[in-house]
Amino acid sequence: MEITRRHLLLLLPAAAVGWKYVLAGTPEASPNYRLTEHWWAMLIDIPKCIGCGSCVRACAQENDVPEGYYRTWIERYHVADWKVERPDVESPEGGIHGFPANEESGGKNFFVPKLCNHCADSPCTQVCPVGATFVTPDGVVLVDKTYCLGCRYCVQACPYGCRFINPKTNTAEKCTLCYHRITKGLTTACCEVCPTGARQLADLKNPDDPIHSFLKTHSVQVLKPHMATGAKVFYNGMDGSVR
Amino acid sequence: MQIPVQGFMYPNEVELQWSVLIVLYPFITGLVAGAFILASLERVFRVDAVKPTYRLALLTALSFLLVAPLPLQLHLGHPERSFEMYLTPHRSSAMAMFGFVYLWYLMAVLLVEIWLDYRREIVLKSESAKGLARLFYRVLTLGSSNISERSLQIDERVGYFITLIGIPSAFLLHGYVGFIFGSVKANPWWSSPLMPVVFIFSAMVSGIAAVMLLYMLTTRLRKRTIDMRCVDTIAQYLLYTFVIDFSLEMLDLLQRIYEADESFRSLDFMVHTRLWTSQVIIQILLGTVAPIALLGLTQIVTLTETLRKRVYAVAGCLTVLGIFAMRWNVVIGGQLFSKSFLGYTTYKMGFATREGLLPAIVLMILPFAILWVLIKILPPWSNDEPLPAGGTTAR
Repeated sequence: MEITRRHLLLLLPAAAVGWKYVLAGTPEASPNYRLTEHWWAMLIDIPKCIGCGSCVRACAQENDVPEGYYRTWIERYHVADWKVERPDVESPEGGIHGFPANEESGGKNFFVPKLCNHCADSPCTQVCPVGATFVTPDGVVLVDKTYCLGCRYCVQACPYGCRFINPKTNTAEKCTLCYHRITKGLTTACCEVCPTGARQLADLKNPDDPIHSFLKTHSVQVLKPHMATGAKVFYNGMDGSVR
Repeated sequence: MQIPVQGFMYPNEVELQWSVLIVLYPFITGLVAGAFILASLERVFRVDAVKPTYRLALLTALSFLLVAPLPLQLHLGHPERSFEMYLTPHRSSAMAMFGFVYLWYLMAVLLVEIWLDYRREIVLKSESAKGLARLFYRVLTLGSSNISERSLQIDERVGYFITLIGIPSAFLLHGYVGFIFGSVKANPWWSSPLMPVVFIFSAMVSGIAAVMLLYMLTTRLRKRTIDMRCVDTIAQYLLYTFVIDFSLEMLDLLQRIYEADESFRSLDFMVHTRLWTSQVIIQILLGTVAPIALLGLTQIVTLTETLRKRVYAVAGCLTVLGIFAMRWNVVIGGQLFSKSFLGYTTYKMGFATREGLLPAIVLMILPFAILWVLIKILPPWSNDEPLPAGGTTAR
């Protein structure tokens, strides 16, 4: 079929729209990395966390996180005896400087590191009006900041409070599971610096990953399982009081 | 700026994401949908008594609809990218359809209906006016200057059909806004299948009340007699719609209280503290119970015309205030508590900031300015309406 000028005038805008669609949500490229061979997750071993704040500091430094916002943070829980439904929780500056000595007596105390749960059925991805938030084929939830409108619907939709609007870019931001590192064979900045190994990056598609034997032998839980988000941050030894 | 926090909030939750501008958005679209429903009462359901408000209601709907996207644009981090919602809408997103729903309602319903209804006057003015006005009205005819009886009959029939489509479209417009909130499962204050239905009925309530007030005000300013049969009928419809709206809201409340799920204690505390004034005092008592009681009173007791007008004016103002408070409580209230249900934050509204009080006030004045211009271009009334007996001003 001969393409006339009229055809071209119709086809070009359609092709431009189509191309934008293709480009939307294309993850950062990394040579020798096969997206379909991985399915990333994280394991948090709560009894091992000492609340030192190294992970929060490393994350902020690695990812240039603006002050007052957190891609990861630590919460300190104090549960007095049987009051599982009313724990005392604090997270001063996201625990970036660690925690002051606990003045609470009685009951139990523990730390809970938090980050994006990289949900397989993530509500934030569902609600993004332009698809700027997307799940990569290797299971990481990312935001294309060149595409994000800054409507903040995703911040509202996240049940875990993991998202914020970066005041410098005016776009949504969150933990990327250090995608720029893990696609190059490195671990995340937070896992790298954790002195006790309380955080471990896990590849659920890798049969040799120690996560598999850990999951077989431990009782693990995800945050807010009733939200049915397919959260992939697994917590070992998590108390029922954790929100 | 330090934001006061009580209890524990997730660190990223302290700052509110949706401001007063997002309160305006459902408030404005509600007025649009409600005004249109009132207009359709005359056109589709043949309620002749409300005819004096038909055109005013349509113009009111258009004025507010033109302003509806502005608070959203002002709120976006990247307003220049908003067209992406048209180019690459994300099909699973409730918000992605906003542009399409909005355009459908503006282009396919409101503009067409107004144009068809005014076409005869536009053509006549394009012939009688002089200079620039003549050119302006000629453009408005869109090249269609046939105003034969047959042609006007076709206009009438098409207009009827458009209104018929317009009713579900108005429901869609505002039910959809309700769905944007109601479908957020992470937020128990919003997450409810009743939300779209409550939004639709509250929209009807606010739109009917606004048009009733505007009709009374413009008639008074024009020194004409208020058609009491018209306002009595509107007040009746307002009462019926309000009773349904209030029942739905109470049903939602009762369900929450009786179920008392994990979020209840936190939300209950919030209503009794941070939202006490805006929800219990302004929304429920002043903005709902009081106008329903006043409107109910006019149905039970025979009041004089002057007294009825005053009652309607007070009830109308309280209604609009109550619906605004309802939007405020939904949008702002839904962000004051932590999703951990362990703490509360505070909303600090700026004044002359991008999302502050000043732009909000300007955005609320703007539709009235647009309405004034529209009334000048397309007068919704004829000048042969009766003057008040024994005086020059309507009371």
